Amino acid sequence: MQLIFEKSHAGRGCDLLPACDVPEVQLPEELKREQPLRLPQLSETEISRHYSALAKRAHGVNDGFYPLGSCTMKYNPRIDEEMAALPGFTNIHPLQPENTVTGCKQVLDTAKAYLCEATGMDAITFQPAAGAHGEFTGLLLIKSYHEARGDIKRNKIIIPDAAHGTNPASASMAGFTVVTIPSGPDGCVDLNALRASVGEDTAGLMLTNPNTVGIFDSNILEITDIIHQAGGLNYYDGANFNAIMGVVRPGDMGFDVVHLNLHKTFATPHGGGGPGSGPVACKSILQPYLPGCAIQNSQKEKLQLKAFHGNFLVVVKALTYMLTLGAEGIRSACEGAVLNANYMMAKLKDLYPVPYGKTCMHEFVLSLEELKKETGVSALDVAKSLIDHGIHPPTMYFPLIVHEALMFEPTETESRETLDEAAEVMRELYQMAHEDGAQMHDAPHHAQIKRPDEVLAARQPVLRYQWKQV
Amino acid sequence: MGQYIPSTKEEQREMLAAIGVDSLAAFYENVPDSVLLKEPLHIPAGKSELEVRQMMETMSQENKVFGTILRGAGAYQHYIPSIVKYITAKEEFVTAYTPYQAEMSQGILQSIFEYQTMICDLTGMDTSNASVYDGASAAAEAIAMCRDRKRTVALVSATTHPDVLATMRTYCYGAGYELRIVPEKDGRTDRDALEQALTADVCCFYVQQPNFYGNFEDCTALGETVHQAGVKYIMGCNPMALAVMKTPAACGADVAVGEGQPLGMPLAYGGPYLGFMAATSAMTRKLPGRIVGETKDADGNRAYVLTLQAREQHIRREKASSNVCSNQALCALTAAVYMGTMGPEGMRQAAGQSMSKAHYFAQKLAAIAGVNVLNQGSWFHEFVTELPVSAQSVLNALEAENILGGLPVKDGILWCVTEVVSKEQLDKAAAIIEEVCASCN
Repeated sequence: MQLIFEKSHAGRGCDLLPACDVPEVQLPEELKREQPLRLPQLSETEISRHYSALAKRAHGVNDGFYPLGSCTMKYNPRIDEEMAALPGFTNIHPLQPENTVTGCKQVLDTAKAYLCEATGMDAITFQPAAGAHGEFTGLLLIKSYHEARGDIKRNKIIIPDAAHGTNPASASMAGFTVVTIPSGPDGCVDLNALRASVGEDTAGLMLTNPNTVGIFDSNILEITDIIHQAGGLNYYDGANFNAIMGVVRPGDMGFDVVHLNLHKTFATPHGGGGPGSGPVACKSILQPYLPGCAIQNSQKEKLQLKAFHGNFLVVVKALTYMLTLGAEGIRSACEGAVLNANYMMAKLKDLYPVPYGKTCMHEFVLSLEELKKETGVSALDVAKSLIDHGIHPPTMYFPLIVHEALMFEPTETESRETLDEAAEVMRELYQMAHEDGAQMHDAPHHAQIKRPDEVLAARQPVLRYQWKQV
Repeated sequence: MGQYIPSTKEEQREMLAAIGVDSLAAFYENVPDSVLLKEPLHIPAGKSELEVRQMMETMSQENKVFGTILRGAGAYQHYIPSIVKYITAKEEFVTAYTPYQAEMSQGILQSIFEYQTMICDLTGMDTSNASVYDGASAAAEAIAMCRDRKRTVALVSATTHPDVLATMRTYCYGAGYELRIVPEKDGRTDRDALEQALTADVCCFYVQQPNFYGNFEDCTALGETVHQAGVKYIMGCNPMALAVMKTPAACGADVAVGEGQPLGMPLAYGGPYLGFMAATSAMTRKLPGRIVGETKDADGNRAYVLTLQAREQHIRREKASSNVCSNQALCALTAAVYMGTMGPEGMRQAAGQSMSKAHYFAQKLAAIAGVNVLNQGSWFHEFVTELPVSAQSVLNALEAENILGGLPVKDGILWCVTEVVSKEQLDKAAAIIEEVCASCN
């Protein structure tokens, strides 16, 4: 389909602003823009239809099943959107006087109370804008803590090899050296490897539990204790929090700091890649180091992750969701997610091996290594074939410790019929792989495009439209 | 109450039976009993949609929505065309994940590609990424793009927004490189001091245009000074000002970043906003985060994909250029729809009117006895005044008339005027300020 620039006609536009009612001021020549903007020129009708056409070429969780592992694509309630669009929230300047933002404070204070309770933590910051931003924040808290105690040799963060890629990247940004420890044969932390890796240079551990193969690590109390004994702190990657909320709390498991992905667990939408919100909750020992807002406090020494107070409207959505669910609903959502994942896994595990565990938490990982050996059909081929059935593919080739991995996270907001249908499609694809696998290499066949040439995209990058010279 | 769970209790029992377990507890066998919660969380019981609506509406009404806003300082009230809100509320855009699966996400990918093109056009730069969290984190990420083993000091002008500066300081603290402030002189970067500061260990210099006080810096001259020392040049730009001012590309910037909020995003108590990042071709592969590129599909048709992913955390892990994963895609879409709707003429009008009205207001204030406008030379839509009375007394008087006055700063008040404020509103605000100033004489 055409780009918006290709639909542009000089002289078209929308009538949006009144004539200027004060004398016009011009910039001096040397400060003026050297050539006029080349934005597209379209009527409102054309703009409306352009984006409607783009929307038809997109797929959101509110349109259909989206079992993307580790991303918790649950239904995004409409009421949450409507509350975040209230003028009493959208029209508030971030630097308004305290006495004029009582409502915003109430939102943040209420969300703080609920999230601290759900995580078993004492304090929170809403400044981080996403999960990775939260990880970076949490690690800086750990760094600040050790430094404030004069314990400056602690420069290593221990991370299991199955961890999300953001974990080591965040640790590196926070100035730590990453110590990767291998997973044990059960997919969980190898306690001996962990014991061997800790020492006087251990700043902390980053862990997600349940881990990325969907298993709750039963040694969790030993794990966090080993780190504490060594003088380190424990960081909980909250990407998988949907699996445990209302059932068990990171704070009770020995974690000192946790980030939450409000855009996963608390049903705020992903927006095609953001905005999210990655609040960081911590124990009181880390509270003194929580970030602030320099322009308001002029405390130069405080950490600050972005301007102002975080992605506030996302917090409004998450709070609306938490008020709707309540304590019981939060637990039910968690249990529903775990039930749906186990149900779908049970319907598939006779055909597609599950490398770790008999049951799972909120997500499960299948290995298609055998299928590929037998038929030549890869995890990628199966994933792409799902698109022809209107199902968004699961996360592919992650975690790295499983070969030909497909990671499904159905979430609690899917009905049994949806899971049955998806499982049936997966079984049909298994059959097809054995009978007519060749055609799956070209899947999808009925999508917006055929498979794109990613090598071409990276080798000869075309990253913008080039206007034709006039 | 509402849980958004379709399955009935009966269906759940059947599903448990199909799995071959007795109860939900079976799934939590691995959780040590000592930490399993024995009672519900101390969170109130769930509520109906109507009750929740009433609670949230009550909270929103506890805030004061000002009829006139004369405050900016990093967050700017511009007119948002109706269509922007409707397009960006489409569920296909709102509820999609990052477009990993290109065959199912061409609409999202194309919208990002169009956004990247518009940012390139706005800044004059060669390439843009798909966005980061906000202008402050974009500035901090830009520093990370410039450092190398030998050059580990970042220079930042003292005329930078305090939150942007604090964010850059935090990122530098994390990665272990040093941030040094280049002092200001009369509201602009002190170029002599900059020249002195350009030692062999400096990797980059960051300047904000227009700067925190609203002044236009001589960015071309600053760029020349910086490049003579072999140092990278980063400009943090107000995107609205870019509709009329010299682009960072023309000023010689290697990286251009900024806060995209003026491009169609509401004030929203500070977020979500939009960090835009653009670079020269030479710096493209150092950009953090997602980038969309054009390619061909197996049938030879034009297609869009996430590209240059070898920079990113899911491939490179601890060696990645950044940990950015989620960005602000829907805000980038908002900016694209905004710019597409405003068009070149609408953008020029919004920028031009903001500047003209700010200058009109400054003249009105300068005419009041005891009020001095501190800005010299060229400035955009923000300016600082000294007052003969306390800033608080002026702000209180304005607040009583439903006007949010400027931000109190060291030397007085930092004002901002945008195109949404009418001459009549400005006259009224000036009259109130005059009255306060007169009453204290």
